[in-house]
Amino acid sequence: MTTKKDERSKGEFLAEAEDILEDLNQHLIQMEGMAEGGPVDPDVVNAVFRGVHSLKGLSGMMGYNAISGLSHRLESLLDALRMGRVGITKDVTSTINAALERIKELSEDISRSGSERSEATDVNEKIDAVLTSGQATEKKSLIDELAIDKALVSVLTEYEEHRLKENIKAKNAIFLVKARFDLATFDKDLTALNDHLKAMSEIISTLPASGMSPETGIEFNLLIGSRESLDKIKDEVEGPKVEVSEIKYKAEEKKAEAAAPSLRSLSKTVRVDISRLDNLMNIVGELVLSKNMITQISKDLRGVQGFTGLAVDLHKASRTFERKLGELQEGVIEVRMVPIGQIFTRLIQAVKKYAGEVGKDIELETLGEDTELDKLMVEDMSDPLMHLIRNSLDHGIESAEERARRGKDPKGKIRLNSFPKGNRVVITVEDDGAGIDHEKVRRVAVQKGLIEESEALTRREMLDLIFMPGFSTSEKVSEVSGRGVGMDVVKKNVSKLSGMIDIDTEIGRGTIFTITLPITLAIIKALIVEVSTETFAVPLSAVLESLMVTKDKVATIEKREVITLRGETLPLVHLDRVFRLPAQEGGDYIYVVVVGVAERRLGLVVDRLVGQQEIVIKSVGEKLRNVPGVAGATELGDNDVVLVLDVESLIDEATQRRG
Amino acid sequence: MSKKVLIVEDSRAMRGLIRATVEQMPGFTTFEAGSGFDALKSLPSHRYDLIITDINMPDINGLELISFVKGHPQYKDIPLIVVSTERSEEDKKRGMALGASGYIVKPFKGDELQELIKKVIGE
Repeated sequence: MTTKKDERSKGEFLAEAEDILEDLNQHLIQMEGMAEGGPVDPDVVNAVFRGVHSLKGLSGMMGYNAISGLSHRLESLLDALRMGRVGITKDVTSTINAALERIKELSEDISRSGSERSEATDVNEKIDAVLTSGQATEKKSLIDELAIDKALVSVLTEYEEHRLKENIKAKNAIFLVKARFDLATFDKDLTALNDHLKAMSEIISTLPASGMSPETGIEFNLLIGSRESLDKIKDEVEGPKVEVSEIKYKAEEKKAEAAAPSLRSLSKTVRVDISRLDNLMNIVGELVLSKNMITQISKDLRGVQGFTGLAVDLHKASRTFERKLGELQEGVIEVRMVPIGQIFTRLIQAVKKYAGEVGKDIELETLGEDTELDKLMVEDMSDPLMHLIRNSLDHGIESAEERARRGKDPKGKIRLNSFPKGNRVVITVEDDGAGIDHEKVRRVAVQKGLIEESEALTRREMLDLIFMPGFSTSEKVSEVSGRGVGMDVVKKNVSKLSGMIDIDTEIGRGTIFTITLPITLAIIKALIVEVSTETFAVPLSAVLESLMVTKDKVATIEKREVITLRGETLPLVHLDRVFRLPAQEGGDYIYVVVVGVAERRLGLVVDRLVGQQEIVIKSVGEKLRNVPGVAGATELGDNDVVLVLDVESLIDEATQRRG
Repeated sequence: MSKKVLIVEDSRAMRGLIRATVEQMPGFTTFEAGSGFDALKSLPSHRYDLIITDINMPDINGLELISFVKGHPQYKDIPLIVVSTERSEEDKKRGMALGASGYIVKPFKGDELQELIKKVIGE
C-alpha cells in the first residue's frame, strides 16, 4: 500500500496513540514501584509491552518512521523485561519514561504539521545502552520439569511460556482450570472467573477448547500458577462449570515411582472386603440402569425429531457412555473373579475325610482350577459341590468288593472339572460308579407319592425326578448328608445363582452332573419380551433362539401345544397363561422364544420381542420369592420394574403340568 | 459471492488499516473482532472464508484462536493469516505449526497483505 495518510487515518492514529500513551504512563508508575524493589507484576510489564507494540505497528503502517523506530527499540527493551532477560531497574524505567515523552512530542508534531519533525536518535541510543547493560539470563527448558500436555504448551506465546517458566522457577504449583460456559455469556463468565483466580494466582494462558456449539457451550483450559493448594483453589472456584486439577512436577512423579518398587515387592495384591466390591458393583448396576434410561431417551428423541441436531449428539454421547460403562463393568467384574481352584482344594480335604468315614477308597481328580468365577458364587458353590461329591460317594461309587466283582478298579474315581463356556462357567462332577437306574428312580418317586403310577415319562424326565423335593433313593441316610437334604437343595442353590444343573448317567459306568453358571450374578444380558400387558426379562444365557411361527404350525399332543423344530418336538408354554394375564388377540403369527437347559427345550410364547438389554437382577420380596417361574426383578430404562423369568423352573413346570 | 474476512486485532487503528487494505480488493467483506473473545463469539454466526489474527491480545492469544479454529470440526477449514511483529519470530513459527496458512510481519505494505490473502484463499 502506498501509505494512506488521509485525514481519517491520521485522526484515528492520533486518537489511539493518545489512548495508548495515557495507559502506558499509568503503568509506568507501577513499574517504577517495581524498580524500587516492589513485587514484579507481569501483567503491568505486559501491558506496557503491548501498548508499545501496538504503537509500533500503528506508526509503521502510517509511515511515521521516528515513532515507529523508537517504539521498535522500546519494544525490544520491554520484551527483554517481560522475558526476564533484563531486570527492572530505575535506569530502565527512566529510559522508558523518556521514550514515551518523546513519542508524545512526535505525535504532537503530527497533529500540528502532519509529519514528525525530528528523529529520536538520542533516546534510541539510551535504550540500546540499557539493553546491553542488562544481564542476559540463560534459561533451561524448565517446562520439561512439568508433566504437562504438549497441546497446552504449543499454544503458548513466547511470553506466556516465559511466565510459565517463571512460575516453575518460583516453585509455584501449576493448575489446569477447565471451565465450560454458555456461548452467549462466556466472556462475562470467564472474566468473573479470571477476577476470582487472579486474587490467588497468575493466569498464564486461556485456551478455548474446540468443540464449541450452541448446545454444549464453550470450554476453556486455563493454565494458572499459584502458591495456593489445589484444595484452596478448588474451594474458591470449583463448581458445576469449573473443574480444577493440578499439573504435577515430574520430579514428584518420579519420586512416587521410585518409592513404589519397594512397596510392590512386598505385596502385589490388595485385600478387599467383598462387601466393598458389592457396593461398587451396585453402583455400576445403578449406572447400567441410568444408561438404559439415557439410551431410551435418545431413542425417543430420535423418534420425535429424527436423527438430527441434539438427537445425534445425545446418541453419540450415550454410545460413549455405554462403551466406557462397559469397560468399568468388566473391570469391576474382573476384580471380583477368583479361580474356582480355591474351593477345589477345600473340597479335596473334606472329601478325603468323608471317604475315610464311609470306608470307600477313592481318587479325587480336579481339572480346570484356574477357571474364574465371581467370588461370591465360588463361595456359594462349595456346599452344592460338596453335596454332589458326597452323593457320588454314597450312591455312585460302589464298595470295593462290588467294583472288583464288576471288573472295575477297586479304587473309585471322582473327577471335578471346570471350564469357561462363552459367558458361562461349567462345573462337572463325574464318577465312575454304578450309574442311576431311571426305572428305579421312577419306582421310588411313585412310592413316595411324587408322581402317579400311570404317568408316562421319558427317561430324562425320570432322571429329573431326583431333583424333586422329598426324593432320596438311599435307604440308609448317611450321617453326613443328613435326612431331608437331597438333590433338590443342590438344585435350589444352583438356581439361586441363575445356574442350571443337568444329569447324565449310564448304568454300570457312572454319572456326570453338569452345572452351568453365569460368570457373575451382578449384571446379566437378557431378552426383553412383552406378554399381554406385562414385560419380562429372559436371561439370555438360557435363550437358544427366537422364532416367528404361523399359528397353523402349532399342533396339540396330549393336550400340550407343540411345534416341530428341525424334526424335534418342542413343547410350548404361553406365558400369559402361566402368569394368568389377559390373552392378547394376535395375528396369524406367534413369537416363540426357545429356551433350554441341557437337553431340555421349551418354547415360550410371547406377544412381542423388545430386544436385548443388560439387567441387574434384584431379589423380589418375600411374597414373590416362591412364585415359580420368577427369578427376580429388574428395572428397565423407562423406570418400569419387570420380572426376570426363571427358565429352569418354567421348564420344570411345563414338564410336570400334564394330564 | 463475496468472501467474508474476519479481522481479529485489538488495536482499533491497526484493525482499521487491515480492513481498508482488505476492502480495496474486490469481492471481500470484512468483519472485525477487537478481542479473541469477540472472535469466538462471531464464529458461529458467520461462515468466514478467512481469518486474519494478531498474536498478542488481552483475552486469548492468536495462537489459542488458531488452535481452537483448527481443532473445531466446523471451522477447521477456515484459513488463517497471522499478523505478527519481527520480534515474535517464535510466535509466528508456533502459529504456522498450529495450522495457520500464512503470516505477515508488521509493519507491512498493503499489497503484501493482498498478495498473501490471494495466495491463501487460492485465487
